[in-house]
Amino acid sequence: MKIKTLLLCFFTLIIFNCKNKNYQLSKIEGKQIEVTDSIKTNQSFDSIIKPYRDNLTKDMNAVLSFAPQTYSKTDGELNTAIGNLMADIVYDQGNIVFNKRTNKNIDAVLLNHGGIRSIISKGNITTETAFQVMPFENSIVVVALKGKQLDSMMDYLRHAKRAHPVSGMELKLDKNYNITKALVQGKTIDKNKTYYLATNDYLYDGGDRMRFFKPNDSVYYLNYKIRNAMIDYFKKTDTIRPKIDNRFTQTK
Amino acid sequence: MKRRQFIQQSSAATALVTLGGFGFQSCEATSKTKKITILHTNDVHSHIDPFGPNDGHNANKGGVARRASLVESIRNENPNTLLLDAGDIFQGTPYFNYYGGELEFKLMSKMKYDAATIGNHDFDNGIDGLYAQLPYAKFKFLSANYNFKNTVMDTHVKPYHVFIKDNIKIGVFGIGIKLKGLVNKDMYKETEYLDPIEITQDITRILKEEEQCDLIICLSHLGYHYSKKPEKICDLELAKSTKDIDLIIGGHTHTFLPKPTVAKNNEGKNVLVNQVGCYGINLGRIDFYLDSNKNKTANGTSIIV
Repeated sequence: MKIKTLLLCFFTLIIFNCKNKNYQLSKIEGKQIEVTDSIKTNQSFDSIIKPYRDNLTKDMNAVLSFAPQTYSKTDGELNTAIGNLMADIVYDQGNIVFNKRTNKNIDAVLLNHGGIRSIISKGNITTETAFQVMPFENSIVVVALKGKQLDSMMDYLRHAKRAHPVSGMELKLDKNYNITKALVQGKTIDKNKTYYLATNDYLYDGGDRMRFFKPNDSVYYLNYKIRNAMIDYFKKTDTIRPKIDNRFTQTK
Repeated sequence: MKRRQFIQQSSAATALVTLGGFGFQSCEATSKTKKITILHTNDVHSHIDPFGPNDGHNANKGGVARRASLVESIRNENPNTLLLDAGDIFQGTPYFNYYGGELEFKLMSKMKYDAATIGNHDFDNGIDGLYAQLPYAKFKFLSANYNFKNTVMDTHVKPYHVFIKDNIKIGVFGIGIKLKGLVNKDMYKETEYLDPIEITQDITRILKEEEQCDLIICLSHLGYHYSKKPEKICDLELAKSTKDIDLIIGGHTHTFLPKPTVAKNNEGKNVLVNQVGCYGINLGRIDFYLDSNKNKTANGTSIIV
């Protein structure tokens, strides 16, 4: 019994020695491999994808409009052509529904820069383009806000320092990001007036830390998906012509 | 914990007694170098098909079926390979709108992903939408700083997992981004976000001291760095404020790095921080070479990036 215990201890020691012969890092190599068309397609994967793809392709390939250039959310400082396009689409398409329902008009639009999920490539715009740019299921919401709350919104934009898409307004910052001009519908903001601001339900619920939508006088859920607004706009627009302009700028 | 390990090891020793001198041999044959390959993706965002030839930025790049070929050939070259993803598997192509992530998980499982962490967009169909796709996922979900206790995901996500490849213990843990303000509460429900640095300090201690890992890897969806918001927690900050991590595989910010970043941890030791952009355009590859103590050179670890 004693010997057996001793043996056990002995072998335990050996095992621990093995274990404790901790492996030490001697070298690390890091690289990035680009997945290009020179790599062959694995057919057993592709055959799984195929039925899903075929079903999608039918819907996605419909040509809706044309883009004369490639538009990216990184082209521009505080406003971008693609962001302006998105905000203007929400303004135009959203207002058709909002006006019909309430007889009122949207004053301004605010979306978020992170919500532009893809570039619009030069060439045909298809249903798929709309899904790429706006994959989310978010819908347009119009919020009745007092001028004071619009000031909070402008303050948010000034701190965010990002090209959050806007429409119906003009915001100018100096080099220290202080506001030098803030207009809605070309006029200075009246603290007591009610404005109708269109956004999406994600931002209305505080997404991207936008906390100035609540409390509010009233809120209108248009049940109109941003993506569908884009598709409707593309259908009636032969060629899109978005531009960077002076709606949100900084003097340097 | 320590005690349980001891008991397990003693019983292993008993087994070896019957095998005679085998124990000695296995001890001596340690002069070889071991190689562990880590492959990784982040923010694939449902990009199953390659970009088309007319895409303005990424024409003909990416594609799951191509990545599968690449991963297969690397695994043939070194079977001691782990394949990991740093989150945001979902959302970005109609595949997600139409099928809810089913195909993404199926393909990742077939490609033998070992683990993934959870990104903010993985909540885009709500936590119930994520849960609904779990039957298609054969890989592990790791998140140490999301507490899912009061959600449907409870027991389906582990803080960390220790993988063993060629007797090398590789501890992998997940870290997620703050959900409040980024994801609608209706989507993540009762998921509780815990401080990334505190949790990382706890987990790395467990992985190093209790689990005795040889390598420690963090799968992070915090984002690489926020130059306009320096106070926001990010991978570079996590690397700086913790210790014992060998590699942080990042995501969220869709950062294309020309090469992995070599950062310093709070002990002044090197930590590799990497991120490979997004949409499955790139596959990250980190090879770790390990020598036994005997062979350790005085120069420490060389990093070639």
